[in-house]
Amino acid sequence: MNEKKSCPVISKHIKVALVGQPNVGKSMLINSVSNAHLQVGNFSGVTVDKTEVLFDYENHKFTVVDLPGTYAFTDYTIEERVTRDYLCAENYDIIINVVDSTNLAKNLQLTAELLTMSKRVVIALNMSDEAKKEGLEIDAKYMSELLGVSCVKVSAVTKEGIVELITTVIADFESSTYEVKLIFSEAVEEEIAKIVAYLQGHKYEAINSYRNIAINLLKNNKKTYEKLHDDPIWIELQPILIEASKHIELHHDSDDIKESFAEEYASFNRGIVAEVVKQSVQVEQKTLTEKIDNVLIHPIYGIPIFLFFMWTLFQLTFEIGAIPMDYIDAFFGWFGDAIGGTIPNDDVRSLIVDGIIAGVGAVVLFVPNIIILFIGIALLESTGYMSRVAFLLDGFFHKFGLHGQSFIPLVTGFGCSIPAYMSARILKNDRDRLLTLFIIGFMSCGARLPVYVLFAGAFFGPEMAGNILFMIYISGALLGIMAAKILKMTAFKGVDEPFVMEMPKYRLPSAKLIWHTVLTKTMMYLKKAGTFIAGASMLIWFLSNYPHNLVLQEEYAKKIESSTSETQKITLGNKLAESLLEQSYLGVIGKFSEPIFAPLGFDWKMSVALQTGLAAKEVVVSTLGVLYALGSDVDAENNSLVNAISKNIPFPSAVAFIVVIMIYLPCLAASVVFTREAGGVKYFFYLLAFTSITAYGLAFVAYNVTKMIV
Amino acid sequence: MKQLLDCQKGDKVKITKLNATNELKERLISFGLMKGVEVEVLEQAPRKKTIEIKIGKMRIALRAEEAKLIEVQEI
Repeated sequence: MNEKKSCPVISKHIKVALVGQPNVGKSMLINSVSNAHLQVGNFSGVTVDKTEVLFDYENHKFTVVDLPGTYAFTDYTIEERVTRDYLCAENYDIIINVVDSTNLAKNLQLTAELLTMSKRVVIALNMSDEAKKEGLEIDAKYMSELLGVSCVKVSAVTKEGIVELITTVIADFESSTYEVKLIFSEAVEEEIAKIVAYLQGHKYEAINSYRNIAINLLKNNKKTYEKLHDDPIWIELQPILIEASKHIELHHDSDDIKESFAEEYASFNRGIVAEVVKQSVQVEQKTLTEKIDNVLIHPIYGIPIFLFFMWTLFQLTFEIGAIPMDYIDAFFGWFGDAIGGTIPNDDVRSLIVDGIIAGVGAVVLFVPNIIILFIGIALLESTGYMSRVAFLLDGFFHKFGLHGQSFIPLVTGFGCSIPAYMSARILKNDRDRLLTLFIIGFMSCGARLPVYVLFAGAFFGPEMAGNILFMIYISGALLGIMAAKILKMTAFKGVDEPFVMEMPKYRLPSAKLIWHTVLTKTMMYLKKAGTFIAGASMLIWFLSNYPHNLVLQEEYAKKIESSTSETQKITLGNKLAESLLEQSYLGVIGKFSEPIFAPLGFDWKMSVALQTGLAAKEVVVSTLGVLYALGSDVDAENNSLVNAISKNIPFPSAVAFIVVIMIYLPCLAASVVFTREAGGVKYFFYLLAFTSITAYGLAFVAYNVTKMIV
Repeated sequence: MKQLLDCQKGDKVKITKLNATNELKERLISFGLMKGVEVEVLEQAPRKKTIEIKIGKMRIALRAEEAKLIEVQEI
């Protein structure tokens, strides 16, 4: 806004790193801060792990980097790694440490670690309104004095203290004095003093204070060690350090220096809390959270209640999501025609209408389902119920080598694999996450539904088709769980990862925050999936339309001209389409790969449909439609395609085909997201091999078993 | 030695030792589970596969395998 002024006051740029433990209302706070001075931020979403928000306040330009919540400075989870790496290596001016006022002692554990860094810290005592309700009074001024760090009471909900927080950040940024008072027990202080004295005596040059260097050395901080290791003073310093560590460990009756320091921090924090927090009313009655938990994680009712919630979410996703689908479909049909009408060139029109618009339309079609699913998941996340479900299901999932929290990505997988792969991030441990990523594909996504509907309709009466569909979905899920067990026993063998998880307080979700999350995720889905699908559609279009065979076209054109009846013309037109396809690149590929799929009872047309299905499962139906010579204008409800399939495809081949569709690679867009989430191209090849071999093997079995029975 | 897993719903105990590997120990400590801290057992999932404990104002879920590694004593 100020840019319009010809001579702006010198504006300073302050880069703030926002750090806090999970569930302290960090996202809410960043929302309140940026909204109070609305200069729209650059929300980059889940892809880059950290979110940046830009805003101006008076003459200062703020960049706030919202780092993932972290309990401590370890690298146990992806989030913790992102946060630690950012804080240690990136350039920023000041840290805002967000803490939960209602649970200060626990939150200060992270604060204590932040204070040993050479950066300025401002502590935001968030949820001060909630603390007040619970009868907690925190003396922020006294706390600032005790810690030597500014502490500001804020509430992201009531927006109280937001301005004060910003002005404090500015003041601290500009002031030159800064002295953290983090005091340890006498034994530790003694050792610190020895090391500091040694560093002073040798005039060691460093940006960080001697005290912090000493603390980091005692804590076995790798980076500090690396720095000092190449310095000549190391030879003399090392024995001092060994001696110091021994003393501290002796003092704490432990052989683990990190544990000793954690205890040091904890006792320091207990001291701070005792000094600054006054509990006015001593309430030892059950909190609301405990009352809700008595019902929701009840040993008997807990799981049925969860299943009911999930059932409701699915009903909503598919029932409400289906309403706008027809409109979206109709819109893209109309849009394609309207655009097509303005393009004179046949090839260009076909590329744009049949290739791009149809392909992108297929993706946009699922946006309503995805929005509902995302809202449901955002609700699960923000209310705190998700952790309860993980608690309930961990026992069952653990048997199959999965983690309690795996259920969210798996459930999302029934909607679409792309958000499912992304939501696997909630799994903290790499191995658990990879295992979950590998079996998400077994949860049949919405795009496979048309294929199932088509085949169920072709071989079963309408009264059975619904049950068959349900069977397909259930057997997919069961196969997935079994696959998890097998993978766990082979590829992901190893000790079970521990399950230690916070059960956060139940909170009423903020509508604004949910809206925001859903919006960013949906936009990402549209952008990412849309671009890949558009590309893939163009490729399929090209492969099925080229090379042109003019001789064939002319030959048929003559035949069509000379034919008398309307039906004959249509038959000839379809025949032309079929012959053209047969000699197109796609047809050549199909013929070439036919022998590979012959043991499964597939003809070249089915082989091609499977291969185009690698781009997107929606394409399978339209490919089958084209190949069985009906023109590309078919959908699952098209009776003539149903007839053509029941006439041309033997039942055992159809069963094998469904099995392959159930198991093999979801789609191109999902594969790209999978590769990114798994963290390497090699994992994509593992997935490709795993799903292809499983699909082929099971389809082979299914084909032969069905052949024997029928 | 009594383990956290042996406790019943409603028991209040004090942690005396963490027998975990370094990585898990760090994790437990970052959740505030360390020597000298008092915890209360809030809930047990069916067949004691997972337990929920309360430490200070925080509720934490633990698998039986992890609860076995925490030595406690009655207060």
